[in-house]
Amino acid sequence: MWRNTDSRYGIITIALHWLVAVVVISLFILGLWMVDLNYYDPWYRRAPELHKSTGVLLFFIMLFRLIWNLLNKRPQPLPGNNPLEGKIARKVHFVLYILLFAVMLSGYLISTADGRPIEIFATFNIPATLTGLEKQEDIAGLVHLILAIILISLSSFHALAALKHHFINQDKTLIRILGR
Amino acid sequence: MFKKGVINFILVFAMMVPGTLLAADYIIDTKGAHAFIQFRIKHLGYSWLLGRFNEFNGSFNYDEKNPAAAKVNVTIKTDSIDSNHAERDKHLRGEDFLNVTKYPEARFTSTAFKDNGDGTALLTGDLTLHGVTRSITIDVKHIGHGPDPWGGYRRGFEGATTLKLADYGITYNLGPASQEVELFLSVEGVRQ
Repeated sequence: MWRNTDSRYGIITIALHWLVAVVVISLFILGLWMVDLNYYDPWYRRAPELHKSTGVLLFFIMLFRLIWNLLNKRPQPLPGNNPLEGKIARKVHFVLYILLFAVMLSGYLISTADGRPIEIFATFNIPATLTGLEKQEDIAGLVHLILAIILISLSSFHALAALKHHFINQDKTLIRILGR
Repeated sequence: MFKKGVINFILVFAMMVPGTLLAADYIIDTKGAHAFIQFRIKHLGYSWLLGRFNEFNGSFNYDEKNPAAAKVNVTIKTDSIDSNHAERDKHLRGEDFLNVTKYPEARFTSTAFKDNGDGTALLTGDLTLHGVTRSITIDVKHIGHGPDPWGGYRRGFEGATTLKLADYGITYNLGPASQEVELFLSVEGVRQ
């Protein structure tokens, strides 16, 4: 029920999957929107604060997700699935994890480039560590944007692949991550 | 005949030397950081925001006997803007403000120098910023000159001017109190 079995995803794995999906898409839209805000917009300060705070929370969610994955077995591939596709799917999952951490790390390096901490919902601080590299905020900013676009593109591929299983192969791949 | 020509040449050359020495060329001492390009702009109209450009280079030519012939050239690396806040500096380097990828340099080339005779002067020149070239006038004050303790000779000025950001195509709306930026320049030249 809570944990994965050989044939099913547990509630925790499913909840983490969809939570991360919703948060990542929201952060992507929020990030693109906030950088074009007018100086006098009420969201000019609030949106980046929300973006950074949520990003740091996502980091801790992802750490927990990694640990949870290690403590749980992965459900077996469905019978009849193409093994090459399965291989590609697992590679994509791995790269998505790497991209997620890289995007969060690069975002952290923008805001902490001058040694300032990141304030999380105005309650606690994530201190700066790596600071003062030549043009750190500009390079980290460019990396953050490019990797975020790649992350969203690869996630879309991941989602399209799931839809292909559902509508073309008509197998249980998609509904398994919905709890069936 | 040949000897006379050589002597004449030396004489003429010797007469030129004092003139060239007086109209001395100075390299602005950015290496030793005895030169500063600072700016300030009102924040919301409630306070001043201060910043500077960390990387620039330039030279000037100055002759006490003929100050009107003074010349100044300065090139500023726009991506060296520093307002002591990484996120703001990133914004200032971006397309809303300096657009440093497209306009990596700002340049000032003097066109006239009017000595007021009281240690102050008006320096006019072309400023190229954000791809726009405009004539500006800088209020200049001669601070001092003389030998330095290491065998060189130095001369310094300060200057101040005000720029309207919109004149240079920088139109991001910072509010009605923040349309203009004040520049403060402190320049020490080492005579070559």
